[in-house]
Amino acid sequence: MSFFFEVLVAGLLSGVMYALVALGFVLIFKASGVFNFAQGAMVFFAAATYAGLQQEHHLAAWIALPLALAAMVVLGLAIERVVLRPLVNQPQITLFMATIGLAFFIEGMSQMFWGSTPRGLSVGVEDQPFQWLSDRYNVNVSQFDVFAAVISGILVVLLALFFQRTRIGRALRAVADDHQAALSVGIPLQYIWAIVWAVAGFVALVAGLLWGARNGVGFSLTFTALKALPVLILGGFESIPGAIVGGLIIGASEKIAEVYLGPHVGGGIEGWFAYVIALAFLLVRPEGLFGERHIDRV
Amino acid sequence: MLRRTGILAGLFGLALAAATGTAMAAGEQFVPLLSYRVGPYAAGGSGIFGGYIDYMNYVNMKEGGINGVKLTWEECETEYNNSRGVECYERLKKHAGGASMVQPLSTGITYSLIDRVAADKIPMVTIGYGRTDAADGAVFPWVFPMITTYWSQASDIIKYIATKSGGEDKLRGKKIVHLYHDSAYGKEPIPVLEAYAKKLGFELTLIPVAHPGNEQGAQWLQIRQIKPDWVILWGWGVMNPTALKAAAKVGYPRTKIIGDWWAGSEEDVIPAGDASKGYTTAVFNESGANLPLVREISKVVYGAGKGNLEDKSRIGSVYHVRGIVSGIVTVEAIRVAQEHFGKGKVMTGEQVRWGLEHLNLTEARLKQLNADGLMPPTHVTCNDHEGSGLAKFQTWDGNQWKVVSGWIAPDKDMIRSMIVESANKYAKEKGVTPRDCSKEASM
Repeated sequence: MSFFFEVLVAGLLSGVMYALVALGFVLIFKASGVFNFAQGAMVFFAAATYAGLQQEHHLAAWIALPLALAAMVVLGLAIERVVLRPLVNQPQITLFMATIGLAFFIEGMSQMFWGSTPRGLSVGVEDQPFQWLSDRYNVNVSQFDVFAAVISGILVVLLALFFQRTRIGRALRAVADDHQAALSVGIPLQYIWAIVWAVAGFVALVAGLLWGARNGVGFSLTFTALKALPVLILGGFESIPGAIVGGLIIGASEKIAEVYLGPHVGGGIEGWFAYVIALAFLLVRPEGLFGERHIDRV
Repeated sequence: MLRRTGILAGLFGLALAAATGTAMAAGEQFVPLLSYRVGPYAAGGSGIFGGYIDYMNYVNMKEGGINGVKLTWEECETEYNNSRGVECYERLKKHAGGASMVQPLSTGITYSLIDRVAADKIPMVTIGYGRTDAADGAVFPWVFPMITTYWSQASDIIKYIATKSGGEDKLRGKKIVHLYHDSAYGKEPIPVLEAYAKKLGFELTLIPVAHPGNEQGAQWLQIRQIKPDWVILWGWGVMNPTALKAAAKVGYPRTKIIGDWWAGSEEDVIPAGDASKGYTTAVFNESGANLPLVREISKVVYGAGKGNLEDKSRIGSVYHVRGIVSGIVTVEAIRVAQEHFGKGKVMTGEQVRWGLEHLNLTEARLKQLNADGLMPPTHVTCNDHEGSGLAKFQTWDGNQWKVVSGWIAPDKDMIRSMIVESANKYAKEKGVTPRDCSKEASM
């Protein structure tokens, strides 16, 4: 039983890491209705910038962190100015295609600036189990995973407050509902998009630092987006709590499936099993667990 | 008038350039490089192709080429993608007088090119990767999985584990987990490991990791429950540091993890930080900036500002030296071919293949090249396109790799019989009539 509990906890904590990446997607989708294909690349660029500043330019963490954040904000503003602004009122698919191009551009730019060699990254918390839990209950829970969960929790609360309690947040929701209607009541669309891309850059930085500390900083960080996709399908593309709950469900179920079902079917199922769960939810609730149900007049 | 003169001058320039180009191509040996310097595997590609180019540059600068024939090359970016690899091969195979040989540095691209290189008569060298049964030169005359194959490596690893356990007989009843990248690459050694499990009586558990391998919590929880005596890590890219970190997380000792040589570069351990300390891997090339040949290349090539690696701290890294090994094999095969077909001449693909099939890199020859100990002695023949199958083992001490064994030989009889059996099966399926190497040896 303690082993099952350990698998479950490990899955839930992994799910929090997936949710962290999913949050970046949700932010952009909420503001523009666009699935940002470049989110994984942004996670990579953010982590590579921080690690590069620290290790190549020998800057202290407290200097590298704000500089990396500034780089992400500048990147967000530049994306809005150069890519999105000329595409206002274009079909969603056009914006989506633009983010595909953006993903390849950011990946190439990251490797051009910071090289292709993977780097280590430490956030000061060891990825080791709590010894007392191990000794007393024979259950391993990683200190780093708990730290990441706390950071994610704080981030979700901050984002929820931002969306619900601030004028910009409300304007952002209005823009998400209808670009043209929002423009007609005087909401500055470009300004809102610039803010949301900058915030998505900040979320990418947090995700990049945590994933980078876990697996190293390298091109593979772009693959974290693959982990976020089933979370989004399940939780809904527009819901911040949905990203968290979706992450927890996906994380726990893929781990349980890999450990208990995997050995009977040859193993290695966790990659696609998450998508099976997401698809199953999609059939029952196409808008996801927390997505907004669309009712169209006919 | 001025305009007409300009056009004439331009045409003259073009004609001169074309004539010069042709003349240069006539005295130069062309090597196409199907490299990858961007994308997920750029770290490996930039290091290995960097070393490959550095060595060819070194030979050009130090010796003026091979008996006066300068080496030339052109890179084509594959991004480790099969279709792009084929496209690059097709683009470069007839370039500058024709390709001498091709080293795709990708098992996937290797498989895609097997039929093409045979049709084009261009030898394909795959050092430490590719299709293992292609080591049977009678069935695969144009493919050279040289120095050592995945099957030999699996045998080397079991032998090393046996040494550490007190002998092969001590492996009976032990538990070994094979944690592998769930791809053709990761599955390649399974037949050999299963044969050993049967022969030596250890319990083998196969645990696949889905690509890319950036999440391994479930696998390492299984390993924690199994409590294996050893874990063989057959990973690639991000899977390797993730495995080491996950092992630390469940408290599995890294000293009991043995990686393969694609899990044994600096790029595999540095991202995992302290979690990598004590981790051991197989390797077919030593590494270090102090190796005599690396020091020479550093002095001659980098001293002249012609080094290929942008990051100088990577000089002498595992990948860089692996690229140097690729360069040595290329140059020596052409040299052997020239000795047979005419010194100072540009060799065709067929002639280079002859050179490869008569390549005997003895310890004495490696010493002459300043490369003794850097790579194992290798003797390739018409029948045996692999050569030695030797591997050393290295342990990461937190800062660098330390070699912890001498060259370990695989169970050649067992591996060779498996190779021949598999190659014959392929020949039957494809309707290939194996060559009679006894008739070709004296050619």
